[in-house]
Parts: sequence; C-alpha cells; structure tokens
Amino acid sequence: MTLKKLAVTFALGSMALVTVGASSMFAQSHVNSPDPSLGAPSVASEESHIGNVTGHAEEGKRLYRRFCIGCHGPDGNGQGMNAQWIDPKPRDFTEATFKCRSTPTGTLPTDDDLYNAITRGFVTTNMPSWAPLTPQQRADLVAFVKTWSPRWTKGKPGAPLNIPPETPITIESILHGRELFQKLECWKCHGPEGHGDGPSAITLTDDKGNPIRPYDFSSGSRFMCGTSNQDLYRIFMTGLDGSPMPSFADVVKPAEAWDLVHFLRTLQPLKTPEADLWMTYKAAHGSDLKPIGPDAAPGGK
Amino acid sequence: MFKRFPNRAGRIRKTFARPLVTCALLVMAIVICDYQTASAAPTSKVMAIPAFARKYGLPCSACHTAWPELNNFGMVFRDNGYQLMNDRDSPIWQNPAYFPITFRITPNWHREQTGNQPVDSIPGGGPGSFLVSRNVTQAGFDLSGMDLWSAGTLFKNISFLLLPSSDPTAVWHFESAWVRIDNIKGSSWLNFKFGRFELDNLISEKRFLFLSANGGLYQVYHFNVPGSINDFGIGDNQIGLELAGHNSNSYTRYSVALLSSNEGGVNLTNSVTPGGNPSSRSFDGYMSFSQAFNAGSLGLERIQAYAYVGQRPTFYQTSTQGGVTTQLVGLGNEPFYRIGVAGELHFKNLEILPYFMHGHDSAYLAAGVPDNVPLPMGAHAPSFNGGFVEGQYFVNPQLVFFGRFEKINVGQQAFDSTPGDFGNVTAYSVGYRWYPIMFSRAGLAWHNEYSISKSVGIVPESGDGTGLPPLPFPNSQNVWSSSVFVGFDFDF
Repeated sequence: MTLKKLAVTFALGSMALVTVGASSMFAQSHVNSPDPSLGAPSVASEESHIGNVTGHAEEGKRLYRRFCIGCHGPDGNGQGMNAQWIDPKPRDFTEATFKCRSTPTGTLPTDDDLYNAITRGFVTTNMPSWAPLTPQQRADLVAFVKTWSPRWTKGKPGAPLNIPPETPITIESILHGRELFQKLECWKCHGPEGHGDGPSAITLTDDKGNPIRPYDFSSGSRFMCGTSNQDLYRIFMTGLDGSPMPSFADVVKPAEAWDLVHFLRTLQPLKTPEADLWMTYKAAHGSDLKPIGPDAAPGGK
Repeated sequence: MFKRFPNRAGRIRKTFARPLVTCALLVMAIVICDYQTASAAPTSKVMAIPAFARKYGLPCSACHTAWPELNNFGMVFRDNGYQLMNDRDSPIWQNPAYFPITFRITPNWHREQTGNQPVDSIPGGGPGSFLVSRNVTQAGFDLSGMDLWSAGTLFKNISFLLLPSSDPTAVWHFESAWVRIDNIKGSSWLNFKFGRFELDNLISEKRFLFLSANGGLYQVYHFNVPGSINDFGIGDNQIGLELAGHNSNSYTRYSVALLSSNEGGVNLTNSVTPGGNPSSRSFDGYMSFSQAFNAGSLGLERIQAYAYVGQRPTFYQTSTQGGVTTQLVGLGNEPFYRIGVAGELHFKNLEILPYFMHGHDSAYLAAGVPDNVPLPMGAHAPSFNGGFVEGQYFVNPQLVFFGRFEKINVGQQAFDSTPGDFGNVTAYSVGYRWYPIMFSRAGLAWHNEYSISKSVGIVPESGDGTGLPPLPFPNSQNVWSSSVFVGFDFDF
C-alpha cells in the first residue's frame, strides 16, 4: 500500500506539473516554446543534398532549435538573445546572403558551401565548428537554413567557381602578387603588412551597418572560409557577400589570382613554401622593395 | 463483504488525501514560480550566468542533451580543454569582468523510506526494548549540496577546473581541481591532466540526470562486496595524472591515468575531508578507449571499454604512545580490478545507456585481514557482476523522461558460509526533467523522480547515507529503500 501511495503521489504530481509546465512554456516567448514557429512553409519539403546524404528541413528545425537559435534567433534573422553580445553579428538567414561560397558574388551558395561553413565554423567569430554533429545532422541543418528566405524557392545557386590548377610557387609569382596587392588596393583595408590595419579599416561596415574588421593575415593559419590555397583563391574571386570584401573575378585573371595567393601566404606567420622563398628573397633584395601603401608607385616593386 | 466495504472506502479516502494535498501544494508552488519565470525570463538580462555559455554565447542545449549530460558537441568541447578551437578560447578575448563561475544547488522536497530497519520496540531503547524490523520513513523540504564550479582556460591550450563542493550542511571539500595541458605539439591525441578529476567514464555519474537519494548514484559505480575494506568506487573522482587524446570530432578517444591508491583522498589520506585513514605509497592505473559510429539518421552510437587496476592497504604502520595508537601509513597492499564496457546508443530522440562491470578483489581485502597473517578458513577472492540500462527520451531540448534498471550480483562471496545472494542489489528509477528556460545565461530544471532499490542483507547504497543493515538473522532479507524527489535544479 505504501508503494501504491508513492506511485499515486508521483503520478498525480507529474501530470499536474507537466500540465502546468506546458501552459507556462507556451506563455513564454517563442525562444523557449516547445515548438516555435520556425521556418517558412517550405520547412516540410525543403531538402539538401550533400554527397549521398539528404538533409531534411523538419529534422533541421529540431536541431536549429537546440544548437543555433541562441545566436541566429527564432526568426532566423540573426537576432537571437545572444546576438547583442556577439561581434561580428550572427548571420541573417532571411536575406540569404552568405560570405563563404563557391558561387559568384550575389548568387546563392550551394548546399556544399553551407555544409562546409557549418562544419568549419568561422575563425575570429563566435561561430564554432559543428563537425561533432553527424553528417546527417549538418545536412538537416542546411536544409532548414534554406527555409528562411524565399530566394531559395525562387532561384537556384550560382555555378560553382572553376579553380584552375595552382601555378608553381616562384619568387616571380610572389612579386607579381605583391604588385597586385598594391594595385588592387588590398592594403587599404588589410594594411601594408596584412595586419588588418589599413587606412580604411576603421570605416568598414557590413551590409547591416555593423562595424567589421578586415582579416588580419598575421593572426594565424585559418581564413574565414577555409585554410587551403584553393580556399584563399575562392575567397577573393567570389568575394564575401554582405561584407566590404568584393569579388575580384572580373579584374583578376586566374593565373594572376594564384600569384596573389602566393603573396598573401607570405603575410602569415607560418612556415610555408611561399614564406621560405620570400624570406630568402627579402634577405638579399629587401632594400630594393618599395613599401606598400599610398606612396608606392603602381606595381609596388 | 458489507462490513469490509466501508473500511476499504475509508482507507481509500485516507490514502488519497495526503497525495492530493501534496499535489495541490506543489501545483500552487509551480504555478507561482512558473508565472514569474514566464513573465520575467525572456526579457530580463540575467547578470550571473553559466561559465561556458556566457563565454561563447551558446545555449545550454548546444553542449547538453539535457543539462548536465553532455552531447557529442559538448564532449568535443570538453576534450579540447573547454575550448571551441575558434581562436577565442584564451581568456584574453573575454571582457575583464568575465569570471568563469557557476553555482548549482537544488532546493527540493523528498521522501525517503527504508524497510527492514532495526528499530527499538520502545523509542529511546529503554528497559524492555528490543530491536524489531520496521519501515523508517522521512519526508520534508530540503536542500541538496552545492557546487561552486569554475572552469575554463588559463591560456590557449591550458585549461583548468576547480570545483569546491559542499554537502547540504555546507561541509566543503574539493570535488575536482586540475590543470590540463591541451593539444601538446599541436596534436589532439596528447593532453596531459594533473590533479583530482573524474575518470573517463563514458556514462558520467557527475553529469547524469538523477538526483534522488536512491537514484542519485549508479549502484555499481560504488559497489564493493559486503565486508570488504576496499573503498574504491569508479564513480568517485581520483587524484593523479591523466594522458588522454581524441580525434577531431572525438569519435575515437582514449585515456590512461596513473592515480594514488587512496580513492581520490587528499592530505595523503583516503578522504577529502578530515579523519581519513593514511594512504599507502602505491598507485592505481585506469585506462579506457571509446569509439563512436555514425548511424545516419539515428545519430551517433558510442561504445567504451575500460579497466581499473588498483590496490588498497590491509594494515597500517602504527605508533602507540600512552595507549593511543596512531596510524601512519598504509601497508600490505592487496590488489583488485574492475573491467567492463559501456555504451551510448542513440535512436533519434531516444538514448539508451547500457553499462557492465566485472569486479574482483583480493581475498584479504574482502575478508578485512592484514596480508601478513593467514587468511581465515574458507576465505575466497570475491567477484561480482553488475550493470544497468538507462533510457532517456528527449521530447524536445526542454523536456526529458528517463528511467534506469540496475542489477548487481555477487558471483563469488568472500566466505563459503555467506548466502549466495548476500549483497545483491536491484534498483529502479524513473523521472523527468523539464527546463522552463533554455538559453545561455542560466539553467533551471524542474526535476521529478522516483527511485527504489533492493539490497539483500546490507545497507542500501543510497546517496544520502541513510539506512541500516537489517537485523542479523536471517541475514539475507531484503532491504527496500525508496525515494520520491521533486525540486528545482538550477545553476547560474
């Protein structure tokens, strides 16, 4: 009988508490509600395709609520309750504008682009790598992210950039890349030494008007959108949409782009083939190099 | 029949009266609390916040399946030394006002009942009193112990944890205190920890969802055969050093630890509070290996194998002066081991946690005999097999139902004369946790749990230490011990 009493107490108490609890959950903001009205109507049908994995937005919705809602918000507009504390601000999915793409500027990214972004995270931001999630979970999240903007139903992703084979790493290539760095005025934002301290750096804002800092090449090995030379090539040929970093696809030829890649690698505090070549060259010819900046003649050499 | 009916009706009324009153009071309390929570939580800015969520701006649910249990993302975060590896891990990135501290405590109401307890037939045990077997029941509002939890990074790739912890009466001890050098030589496979820490148990007792006296511990994590002087519990934090490693997503993990043979005691004793026995000069070893498998839409499936090999003293070097004997150092070490496997299996929103342990002790430890004298006649090295299956169903990140079944069988008793089932344990727990808020600034769970355990002839291994051995004859009678627990588990 004692056990029955306990069981009755427990059962009645549980039912009452669940009932009361559920009602109060609904009374709270949709951030804490059990089934916030996340996503557009397409949430039921939207899919992503990553290799042989198909992501489903319905599952992604559940995961979004667990992992993403704090920053990106219940409405997907980057207005999560943590957003006010975060710099740079979280991505606004309702605009469907993404920095890291393999597609031309102004176009939608591919599913793989979004998947890679979720997997990699973004260095120098609060967005961590979500590689600990399973591939299926990440694919589900990609599908759900695509429900926030009507752009995904009206248009298709752009054609991925074709990256030609990398040219040989030579001192000529590095010097030409240095000329391009001067000529294209990369230094105005990234600074003459690539420290992100160019004269325009302090004035930069993203397309939401939030201050944004240019990448500091001396900060480490990772870029916003990857770590490899191919990633670096892709970054300045597609641009980082939503930020002041434009696409140089129309003004830089593919071979020249590799030269710029080779020079940019010398700005990083890493032991790379480019850095080795550059240090050797600078030791012998450093005094011949004109400083990069407003006073340098075009070409910078 | 006519006479019995009114009696039954009367008993029913009496039986239901107390539960209904209890429920009514609880509902009133919850309505009041929930109203305040509902109206205040989403809009107010809470200034005191959990350490990591505050640092990285992620909700609790990012790292926890149901707080405080870790999901794989949280496990990777922990394995990386409480770093997200996003170049903002060093405290230099934090606002100087940031201080990585979290407080946790659980105001609660609970009811404990233990059967077959030796009770004075006359309260006070006066003349004519003798011991009779009775149920002992207590209930009331209470507090849990408190954790004052601080952890994070001292610098990039140097992490720490400091956890002073108190019991409900505010007697404090250091539950954990360690420094860890992470990613040595840039490799996630080399991480070196030094201090007092939790063993690499795949199913962590420190992070599980159970709080009641009977359910708030894994029985097998603390089990030793009855009469043994071995004090080892694999769920207890140990003191020493650990070399651990993992791949980038922690699917593959290992841990090797060298530990003092003193059950994580401090001051070279076997206790974290004053009064412990002096420890010996020996060391124990622990190793574990776990591997996770991606099961597609089902989730991640992980299994672990582990082994602990240790020793404990069977007597002490002493000094007797003025009739007072002082123990100086533990001697006569005798071995024991624990080996087993554990699993963490996901089936979408359902998580199943199976666990198995085989334990074996030296006959000297089991008999409590110094190893410099002969063993008593009929003494054996005892062994036991134990384990549990735990299930958790996540309705959503804010509501989880859980249950557990545990079983321990002593396979070989220390003495032939001991009944075969003496010391066996069976336990059941069910409950749910509801998290009315789920964000990065604080954690709150409404916790409701019922647990019951049966131990044969011995004190139940309940978390609050209540319960006495049953009367000595017959010594194999069952001791049922149950707990009802409701409370607010919060940290900030």
